[in-house]
Amino acid sequence: MTRTVKTFWIWCAMFGEKALELVRELKRSQDGNLPPYNDDGIRQVVEEMRTLFEQNQLEVRATTDGERGLLSGIQLRHACLERNQRCLLAYVHHRMTRIRDYRWQTGSVLPPSFRLSLCEQEIQWFTRYNRSLATYMRSIAPTGLDLTQHLQPPKSLLVEVRCLEDYGEFEMEDGTVVLLHKNTQHYLPRSQCEPLIRQGVLEHIH
Amino acid sequence: MSSLTQSSSSTPSYSSGVPSSAAHYRQPPAAAGGAGDFFDLGDILASQQRVPAQFEQTVYRLGFLDAQSSGEHIQSGAKMELPLWLARALGGRRRNIVRIDLPKQYRQQQRDILRADANVVDLFKQGPYFYLMGVKLLFFDHMERSDLAKSLLETFLNRFRRIMDTSHHAFSSDVTMFTTRLDETERVLFHIGQRSVAAMEKWERGRSHRIEASDVVQKRRKRKRED
Repeated sequence: MTRTVKTFWIWCAMFGEKALELVRELKRSQDGNLPPYNDDGIRQVVEEMRTLFEQNQLEVRATTDGERGLLSGIQLRHACLERNQRCLLAYVHHRMTRIRDYRWQTGSVLPPSFRLSLCEQEIQWFTRYNRSLATYMRSIAPTGLDLTQHLQPPKSLLVEVRCLEDYGEFEMEDGTVVLLHKNTQHYLPRSQCEPLIRQGVLEHIH
Repeated sequence: MSSLTQSSSSTPSYSSGVPSSAAHYRQPPAAAGGAGDFFDLGDILASQQRVPAQFEQTVYRLGFLDAQSSGEHIQSGAKMELPLWLARALGGRRRNIVRIDLPKQYRQQQRDILRADANVVDLFKQGPYFYLMGVKLLFFDHMERSDLAKSLLETFLNRFRRIMDTSHHAFSSDVTMFTTRLDETERVLFHIGQRSVAAMEKWERGRSHRIEASDVVQKRRKRKRED
């Protein structure tokens, strides 16, 4: 048994290091972009936890059979298990928070670069979050209310905007179609172009 | 150096009261309670810092954790540097598996330096989470505990004035020499100060009603330009 644990020591200086690496990775990237979901890292931590758990079960069994002095080791491993658990939960939770913030900042469509760094479950979660948010926003007023709009109090109905990229045709609620070409300027209803400004397609100039 | 054992009165809570550096992300609603710090990345990193510890019991079959000996077991009396989270789990009153000493940067000698002039000390080098870690050390029962608490508070008060001044008035000058010496908590405060001044300036120029691209988009745009 000791031998298997010894090989394990070669790639792990101390229990919990792998899990901490995941946390460090998120901490480093706290400006905008989300690092890709670290499938491999998580698997390694779960592997480490499994080894710890199995070893602990062996020793608990030995203790109930009458062997003495093993309790401190069990305690140590248990602390490591809990630590790993905390790191993994923090990792998943933090990513979830970031994805949710993304929904509020840029809207219901994820840009491809962002989408690539999510794992399957996270994309599912995002879709479901979108759905609940939409259902809720439809339910709060007779006509529904978009909570993501007017994050700042509006001072005018129309705003002057400049296009920063070729967006193509943009159809407004009343059916008018505006062609958004790069470097053209338009005078548009504030509520309609707010999401585009947030996404960086338009620039608010006056 | 007298030893530390965890005081029984302190419940193992992760609350620290210090704003995480993720402050510009909205805190999740669930994080409002005490459980919130459980997920705090800064808190996790702070509790990784190592403290000198001495084993009081023999721990069987885990000798490979001690790089200094090749034995199969960790012998009673062995000295190791353990991460704080592990030391706390093993150094409780009911389970006296390890005894803990203060890390070097919190000892009397270092406290004297901080008392002489806290402003010149590079707290980042003393462990990027100097205050968070210091507060965690207070959970252990120790003769120097009240001295340490006093020292942490004094250090913070002495340094805070300069941090606030710099964050409010040094817009056009290079402050990197100053900010590299701040601990993580102080950095967060520094950035909050800078952001509030920027917001004030925007309001004074009458530009605060303008809709802006979201943070994420702005940062992505910057990155694109670098490519």
